[in-house]
Amino acid sequence: MADFALADLGYASLLLSLILALYAAGASIYAARRNRLEVFASARNAMFATAALTTLAVGVLEWALITHQFRIEYVALQTNRAQPLLYNVSALWGGQEGSLLFWAWLLAIFTAVVLVQNRDKNQELIPYVITGLAVSQAFFLALMTVVVDPAQTGFFILLPFMPHGAEALVGNPFRTLDFTPRDGNGLNPLLQNPGMFIHPITQYLGYVGFTIPFAFAMAALFTRRLSDVWIRTTRRWTLVSWLFLSLGLLFGMQWAYMELGWGGYWGWDPVENASLMPWLTATAYLHSVMIQEKRGMLKVWNLVLVMMTFCLSLLGTFITRSGIIQSVHAFGVSSLGPWFLAFLALTLLSFLYLLFDRIDDLREENELDSLISRESSFLLNNLILVGAAFATLWGTIFPMVSEAFTGKKVTVGAPFFNQVNGPIFFALIVLIGICPLIGWRRATAENLIRNFLRPFVVLVVTAILLVATGMRDWYGVAAFSVCAFVLATIAIEFYRGILARRRQYAENWAAATTNLVTQNRRRYGGYIVHIGVILCVIGIAGSTLFQVETQANLKPGETMQLKQYTLQYEGLQIYPTENHEVIAARMTVLENGARVGTLSPEKDFYSNPNPDMAQWTTEVAVRTTALEDLYVILAGFDNKANTATVKVIVNPLVVWLWIGFGVLLLGTLVAILPDPREARALARSRVKEAMAKA
Amino acid sequence: MRKIILLAILLGVAGSIRLGALPARAQGPSLDDEVNRIARTLYCPVCPNTPLDVCNTQACVQWRGLIKEKLQQGQSEQQIREYFVQQYGDVVLGAPPPQGFNWLAYILPVIGIILGAVVAWLSVRQWIVRRGDAPAAPAAAPEIPREYAERIEKDLKEL
Repeated sequence: MADFALADLGYASLLLSLILALYAAGASIYAARRNRLEVFASARNAMFATAALTTLAVGVLEWALITHQFRIEYVALQTNRAQPLLYNVSALWGGQEGSLLFWAWLLAIFTAVVLVQNRDKNQELIPYVITGLAVSQAFFLALMTVVVDPAQTGFFILLPFMPHGAEALVGNPFRTLDFTPRDGNGLNPLLQNPGMFIHPITQYLGYVGFTIPFAFAMAALFTRRLSDVWIRTTRRWTLVSWLFLSLGLLFGMQWAYMELGWGGYWGWDPVENASLMPWLTATAYLHSVMIQEKRGMLKVWNLVLVMMTFCLSLLGTFITRSGIIQSVHAFGVSSLGPWFLAFLALTLLSFLYLLFDRIDDLREENELDSLISRESSFLLNNLILVGAAFATLWGTIFPMVSEAFTGKKVTVGAPFFNQVNGPIFFALIVLIGICPLIGWRRATAENLIRNFLRPFVVLVVTAILLVATGMRDWYGVAAFSVCAFVLATIAIEFYRGILARRRQYAENWAAATTNLVTQNRRRYGGYIVHIGVILCVIGIAGSTLFQVETQANLKPGETMQLKQYTLQYEGLQIYPTENHEVIAARMTVLENGARVGTLSPEKDFYSNPNPDMAQWTTEVAVRTTALEDLYVILAGFDNKANTATVKVIVNPLVVWLWIGFGVLLLGTLVAILPDPREARALARSRVKEAMAKA
Repeated sequence: MRKIILLAILLGVAGSIRLGALPARAQGPSLDDEVNRIARTLYCPVCPNTPLDVCNTQACVQWRGLIKEKLQQGQSEQQIREYFVQQYGDVVLGAPPPQGFNWLAYILPVIGIILGAVVAWLSVRQWIVRRGDAPAAPAAAPEIPREYAERIEKDLKEL
């Protein structure tokens, strides 16, 4: 009985949140139009109450998950008694209904933070920001509380207290069963991995985070306050969300690398693409806002970029959750698809209407002096980033398009994306080296030569050295020499800055370096991020172009050989753990004849009361060094004969991909730290805007 | 120049650490390796987006067995790939074969980027002040009254 009351409590708090969010959306516009401060205060309070109520709902669901309240369907589907506590907790975002709740909850918390941050700032924008956030919030809350599957009921929206309403709700995390099962199905074993604990959290923080800059963009359009105030106000929200999208990519790749057991970390799967696309447009946005802040240009473009990022985030969730595009990771197929599409269309149409209506307020404030300038180089980088996002989107949906128009099924997999996106990404890496060295407004021939001569020498020398040491893979030569070129340009930038400080302030090397970075956080934080990206590229190029593998069927005592490694198979070990059975192949590893350790790749069997839900997973064993990963997979075994089929892969330089993300994290943190310069710039923009409006 | 040489030496040390010396493939590939090499270029016809060499379904295990048989019969990689395409359609290829409607898959991204480049080029042209013209005065930003500006700077210092 207790679980039943729990479910009602959870559901009621969501329904109340929906009502409050809808109220806040209307009330805050009314308050702004009629200048009714007390109504505005009540709209704000409604959003705070929404945050409290969704928090309560999350608390209720977590409690139910941890204490095995199997009467609640979601709990029965996503957990079981044997499952470790960690994965009972993460079951909140393991399934579709829980993910919706998780999204709504994050958005509610973010909204509350925005309201506290702006309690006496941006008073003209905030009412409309509240409306935007509240509408988005209401969409997710409605999916959980009032939206039903028309195929079952003939209606689209049905209040749950009407007969048969509650069963037909498409996304209610608190739906109850008629009986209490003795045990649950358990979380998909593929998701029982520490990487999968953290990946969805970071991914969702990033996706949801972009709602904030988008809401400010819409509010700026609505109020015709289209200077850089909304951009500077949301600068750190944007950076934090971008950082989380990056971490989402990182943890997703690590999960794929360790858990899917195919030797790679990126398969150009629709769901992976869905997380890459908003990252690409967000990266373009991070760059192009600088043009608007410094030069008052690209106003329309920045609005479009933030809209694209928001819509691609929604599309990402739609793809992961709708099952419309077949994917290995589409966890959960449902009738949510049309609702997401409708919301996307609504967002897009209202954005375009406002944009065209306000186009006269969006004139560029400045001119350029020369075709070759920082401004135009940023345009080029934006073109490439958005082009990459477009190519990825097109490739992702092409199988659907092809089937619709020709009836033919095609696969658009890694070979396609390597062919189409490969050159685009290569161009992007070259631009990372070139763009920061081109001056604002106008670049002269002398300063181009001065800036590019040395990095170019580094490029040529690296290429020659690579070829001289035996590299014959021309893609590899090109990739690594361009990486060296970019690293050289960044190193020279740091060196010049440090030298200037040493001359001007007589500082020692350490002080000059620290002060250089801390006093220009945004610029040098950006350079550090670029270093991180290049390290990632080195890891990706190494592991993609130079991967080698071999496979053998071994009896105990037999060995297999790959490069300088010899692996000796010692036999199978079979033992149970808390919630699964482990079959491990013990392998002794020798490098150049010397013993360096043992590796035990596993096959794990997750049994289940429901035999259809029983599942095998692969646990790879990896030995990582700075140069390469030795990656061992147990591909098959025969426990009677004690034989094992073992696949061994050598993935060069993979660790630099992870290190690169670490550096990227560091650089982003440098850029995020509060910066008095940025605060002053924002204050100036506010005054300018106020004067212009007066 | 000294610095460049130093850098070159450093890079040389980094580069020479066996990276260049990576062999293209392990010596003397076994039959299993040949099977995997072909299987990784074919996609499982039933499970979405999964190359045949890593797919764990029973069907794929059998298909890998089939590749092995065909290799033992002396068929070439090309023949095996053609067999799979004939049996299961283009869906077994990792990329749509560039013909007919499929050309769109390859061409649209290129067209998109070219169109984007044209728009960017036209915008930049519009923004450029022609040489010889007097440089345009910065757009008339409203002047901030001095006492107001001073107050803001003072407030900011107190933050």
